[in-house]
Amino acid sequence: MMQTGVSRRALLRGSALVVGFTLAGLRPEAGIAGSSTAPTKSVAADDVDAYLALSRDGRATIYSGKVDLGTGLRTALTQIAAEELDLPLDHVTLVQGDTALTPDQGPTYGSLSIQNGGMQLRLAAATARRQILALAADRLGQKAESLVAEGGSVRPQAGGTPIPYADLLRDGRFALKLDKDVATKDPDRFALVGHAVQRLDIPDKVSGRFTYMQDFRLPGMLHGRVVRPAAIGAQLLGIDEASVRDVPGLIKVVREGNFLGVVARTEWGAIRAARQLAAQWSQPETLPEQARLWEHVRATRITKDDVTMNVGDAGAALASAARTLSATYDFAIHTHGSIGPSCAVAMLSEGRLSVWTASQMTHALRKQLAAMLGLPQDDVRCIYIEGSGCYGRNGHEDAAADAAMLARAVGHPVRVQWSRADEHGWDPKGPPTLIDLTGALDAEGNVAAWTSAFFIPEGAAGNVPLVAADLAGLPRETTYAPGNIIQNSGIPYAFPNVRTVCHRLAETPLRPSWIRTPGRLQNTFANEAFLDELAAAAGADPLAYRLRALGDARGIAVLTRAAELAGWEPRPSPRPQGGDVLRGRGLSYVKYELYRTYVAAVAEVEVERATGAIRVRRITVVQDCGQVINPDGVRNQIEGNMLQTVSRTLREEVTFDRARVTSLDWASYPILTFPEIPEVVIDLIDRPRDKPWGAGEPSAAIVPSVISNAVFDATGVRLRSVPFTPEKVKAGLQRT
Amino acid sequence: MGKPVSLTVNGRSLNVSPDDPDVPLLYVLRNELELRGPRFGCGLGQCGACTVHLDGEAVRACVTPLSALQPGQRITTLEGLAQNGELHPVQAAFVGEQAAQCGYCINGMIMQSAAFLARTPKPSEDEIKQALAGNLCRCGTHLRIVRAVQRAAASL
Repeated sequence: MMQTGVSRRALLRGSALVVGFTLAGLRPEAGIAGSSTAPTKSVAADDVDAYLALSRDGRATIYSGKVDLGTGLRTALTQIAAEELDLPLDHVTLVQGDTALTPDQGPTYGSLSIQNGGMQLRLAAATARRQILALAADRLGQKAESLVAEGGSVRPQAGGTPIPYADLLRDGRFALKLDKDVATKDPDRFALVGHAVQRLDIPDKVSGRFTYMQDFRLPGMLHGRVVRPAAIGAQLLGIDEASVRDVPGLIKVVREGNFLGVVARTEWGAIRAARQLAAQWSQPETLPEQARLWEHVRATRITKDDVTMNVGDAGAALASAARTLSATYDFAIHTHGSIGPSCAVAMLSEGRLSVWTASQMTHALRKQLAAMLGLPQDDVRCIYIEGSGCYGRNGHEDAAADAAMLARAVGHPVRVQWSRADEHGWDPKGPPTLIDLTGALDAEGNVAAWTSAFFIPEGAAGNVPLVAADLAGLPRETTYAPGNIIQNSGIPYAFPNVRTVCHRLAETPLRPSWIRTPGRLQNTFANEAFLDELAAAAGADPLAYRLRALGDARGIAVLTRAAELAGWEPRPSPRPQGGDVLRGRGLSYVKYELYRTYVAAVAEVEVERATGAIRVRRITVVQDCGQVINPDGVRNQIEGNMLQTVSRTLREEVTFDRARVTSLDWASYPILTFPEIPEVVIDLIDRPRDKPWGAGEPSAAIVPSVISNAVFDATGVRLRSVPFTPEKVKAGLQRT
Repeated sequence: MGKPVSLTVNGRSLNVSPDDPDVPLLYVLRNELELRGPRFGCGLGQCGACTVHLDGEAVRACVTPLSALQPGQRITTLEGLAQNGELHPVQAAFVGEQAAQCGYCINGMIMQSAAFLARTPKPSEDEIKQALAGNLCRCGTHLRIVRAVQRAAASL
């Protein structure tokens, strides 16, 4: 199966680069950036030809700027295009994330790949199909309505010789703008969309045939490693090249400013040289004391306030309220933790840079690399190859920059494979989040006012500065890009007085970026757990309390369905109980970004009184993400969200000293293991006639709160600090 | 070039001549023999992505120096599990259960499970989870992986 623009044979045999498909306008040299023979294929995001090309054998190639990060997107996009074009699934091939071949549809983040990218592809395919029918109608002298397009050819309904789609096109091109108003296929006629089609990549992945980024090789390729500074912000004072003289196959020690790397003939040679190279670094202490992290965050300078929701007069309502409740929540710094550390291959030839990367944003990376190396953008090409699971902006772009630096230094293609310590230590982190909330209750226990303040770094989505550019003192961004972390700071409930504010901080201890469900996860944790605190204060059942303030039919539907599936028994929390193992249930709800995917969940937990250990037994999740493209794909994503976020909630916390990150492996940054996994029960509310919304992130948002709420139900202890370690639970139990 | 070392990989005998006799087996398999089943995950023996079979036992190739291998030991990688072009029952079960997201850990999951099932043909769910306790998955595919091992056990 074709994974990238480079054929498997070229990968295996180390022969010259060959583009593994032939299309009008594409030449074999297409692997090389910006060369005179570079492809002339359209990549304009409003152009039908940017998204698809038909070949005379009845096959289609589709081009997507959104990439499969291990989520099954490849299969879903193929379903969407094949459905609209009436082609068999195996007649459609996907090319993804190649700056020379695919449209820039924005980075693959924010659960937008189907919702935005897939829908652009659907419109392109529908526009193409309409044009094919029109052209066939012209040629046959019949009305388009009397023709049937399926299986890659058009024929008259009344019978006649089928004409292959591609035969109707001049030069194989549509030369058409994508029509936003084109009629797309009636969902009642869907044969692929909405069906649990098997993933196209799994057979190769279980048999060692799949090409991951980490498998990609070029002829004449060397292996590079970067030697990491002893401290964040350290200056390189000196190196002793004699210390690596005995390493077999060492090609070069590369130094540029504080960027220090080695290049060797073999991977093991590069690893040995990087470990062995004697380097002297200054030892600045730029980080706060971890034990006082939250004081540090609270004391950080605020550069601006984003008021994300303002209803009624919350200040006045609080001042006059009979009863108020306040609480502070915090959420630790997390690392991405992909099982395969970041990797990239770069080649600089005749002033043109080609980079093979698992970046979720090849178009943006291209701009960053061009700026870093002072190259025109047209002379940089980034080509996506799927890596290990990607849950946000991890180290892939940085590995690409490392490879580009080293390739430039040695004049040969260089592969950089990050070590586990590189990844845990130097990937950008999910920033620490501190949240204050206050609620007021009226005499009936209803929420009369709700205020919240989120202490989070400034910045939005964008380009995260590249480590190599920073170390080498080369051009780079100087602003933070933590993602749109103000999302879901507002609440989906119709309380009379609400004011939610995000205090944007000038600094955060470690380079921030987005990790799955950025901001929405932390913010929903605080919102949904604090709402449970108010429900408990009001003596109300958590489900009834939510439904009281929810005017949204789709929200009500997921909540009531989750409660019904989980056998929810209406009563207030907590439920006092004796015994060594305390059992409880909790509920949570999110309307993602307050406008799309709805998720409700019920968790059942056990808490071991003696140790404080939490065991999540079962999570029942109901999701409404509109039209479902591949139900098994959506379920797989929800399962992943549950397990990954249970891991983040119960266990994960990046540790650091005053100089650097200290959680550099899986022993110091443990994640959930098989014996600890919960059962997950999923129900999807499919709405085939509605727009599809994102599914990759939303359900993660409810996990920390649903566990906090269930632990409160079991123990009366309110957990307000992620991770929920046994020590924190035990301390809480001792207080009660 | 160092001294040639004889290996038996997926039933094939071959020689490699590493620069360093202590090079971990993983790099020999991936870079000299161009095998892609065993994967680099941590280099520390902590995650299981690199798992191969050594005389039928699951071992971590990333922390197995070539010099530690005994002459005649049989190395099997993910590529060597299939017989006569047919997927091994564990591989087929992973397809059947759609037990992958990114799939990067799946080599380890399959190799660990295949070695485990060879010793424990009818395992309980808890035994499966214990057998895989040293294999990490970040995507959260664990539930499907357990089901795949159960499916494989039923078919073996």
